[in-house]
Amino acid sequence: MNTPVAPSTELTAGERSMLAGEEGPAVALAMRVLLVAAQAQKAQRLIPITAAHIDGCLYHGPSSLDFVRVLVEGGGRVRVPTTLNVGGLDLNRPDLFIGSSTRRTSATELMDSYVGLGCQPTFTCAPYQLPGRPQRGEDVAWAESNAIVFGNSMIGLRTNRYGDLVDICAAIAGLVPYSGLHIARNRVARSVFTVDPDVRTLDEDLLPALLGHHVSRLTGTLIPVIDGLQDLDITEDWGKAFGAAAASGGGVAMFHVAGATPEAPDLATAIQGLPPLLERRVTHADLMAAHEELTTSALDARLGGVSLGTPHLSRTQLVEIADDLAGRLVQVPTFATTSRSVASSEPDAVARLEASGVTIVRDTCIYGPSKVLDPDGTMMTNSAKWAYYAPSQLGYQVILASRKDCVESAVQGRILVGGGRG
Amino acid sequence: MAEWEPWCSGEVLVGSGAEGDLVALVEPLSFWGGVDDTTGAIIDGHHPQVGIILAGSALLMGATRGSSSSTSTLLECIRRRTAPEVLLFTDTDPILVVAAVVAWELYGRGPTVVLLSASPDVDGVTRVRVDNDGRVSARRNFERERT
Repeated sequence: MNTPVAPSTELTAGERSMLAGEEGPAVALAMRVLLVAAQAQKAQRLIPITAAHIDGCLYHGPSSLDFVRVLVEGGGRVRVPTTLNVGGLDLNRPDLFIGSSTRRTSATELMDSYVGLGCQPTFTCAPYQLPGRPQRGEDVAWAESNAIVFGNSMIGLRTNRYGDLVDICAAIAGLVPYSGLHIARNRVARSVFTVDPDVRTLDEDLLPALLGHHVSRLTGTLIPVIDGLQDLDITEDWGKAFGAAAASGGGVAMFHVAGATPEAPDLATAIQGLPPLLERRVTHADLMAAHEELTTSALDARLGGVSLGTPHLSRTQLVEIADDLAGRLVQVPTFATTSRSVASSEPDAVARLEASGVTIVRDTCIYGPSKVLDPDGTMMTNSAKWAYYAPSQLGYQVILASRKDCVESAVQGRILVGGGRG
Repeated sequence: MAEWEPWCSGEVLVGSGAEGDLVALVEPLSFWGGVDDTTGAIIDGHHPQVGIILAGSALLMGATRGSSSSTSTLLECIRRRTAPEVLLFTDTDPILVVAAVVAWELYGRGPTVVLLSASPDVDGVTRVRVDNDGRVSARRNFERERT
């Protein structure tokens, strides 16, 4: 089948020659894919990007390799600085991989192939924690749902929700369809969530995760603004937890926090004078319900392990966990997932965590295809994203708890939930 | 026997004429984490339609949600022949469209993708057929034909 060329998308002379194959088969293939994406979004034209973040390096099956091989054989090369999302295994700890050697070999080949296309071997789902990240106002093609929502919301990047395969096409062509969140007027908040003061009694670590999950369930495709948190310190780790939860539970690609995020110095700026299509108060009870929804295990179950670092831990978070442990040994398998970049920037925290028996996992994430643990019992996590996916992806029972409760439970070898129950 | 009747129309983005049993999503679905590529079943325990098999279906949906890996999951479903035959979109969301176009590039087959101009009334519709020009016809209250 010949892919139809989007009749409604206007191309420059240069773009037409790329499509015609004058810059090689890989560029032409990338253009064909981008033009179908453009047609699906009713984009009138393509625009240049300054950077890309690629999710396609995570192995999902033979089709993942089928595609990248065509790009490699077609002379593909990224033309903008391009970072890579997690791969299927920790390349420094292949012993952690649970699965067939065939799958491990394929997952490794996939990661190597994307590096061969010119991508940087960053292997992190949190490219916003890397040095030299793109800046506010730049058009980029970021994949990975938590990175997309963080980039748009916390940095002010302009990216749509790029998925696998189109991400590398955008990087090879250096172009994306001009649509969605690349257009300023589409970045305005159309739903307003006003948070009750008493939600502050929830653990500060759980609040953004529960709020993100709750908001995503109600807002649909509307960009939400969260109001009522003006005196809270909205750190990048806060935004990361909120965004990851919101992107997992819903389709949220961008949010505003009034008084905190770059495009929402105040509520009025966030909504740009447009009447909200949805207005909701958020109560303590709403967030307790979100907590119930994300906890599948009884609290008196046996503790099988603890998972921290979805998305990848920041430098601050690595140090916080090491401080919480204070040299004590964990009694159950405990995983701290981060990037090779962050880990190498915090050698002291990494050493302290490893001395406490924590397994540091780099380059990958501990769910989905990259299963690195096989727990006997309930898993605890402070990540709404991990809690959301682990039951269906891995068949684990999960308790969502604060970081401190997760760490104390790991040390005691049993489920202890207190601080997070407000 | 129920007759084919005109149902809705849209723009064919990928593929050509095809048909399948209608599955109308009542909530957005993330293919990654939500669909088993070995069976084509919805496995997201948070989704009200968990357990439904999408293989061979005509899947009607709005925007997707969740992981950007959904493209890869759908592509792997197509390779394994557990994917829908038809994807009917009521919203402009390229995540799954890209899997379809890449499948046609790699394997010379894949789902037909139609961007509908309006949301159709699904009441009683059991099977739908798309033609090359994006016209979609439906059979109502007809027993499932697939065995």
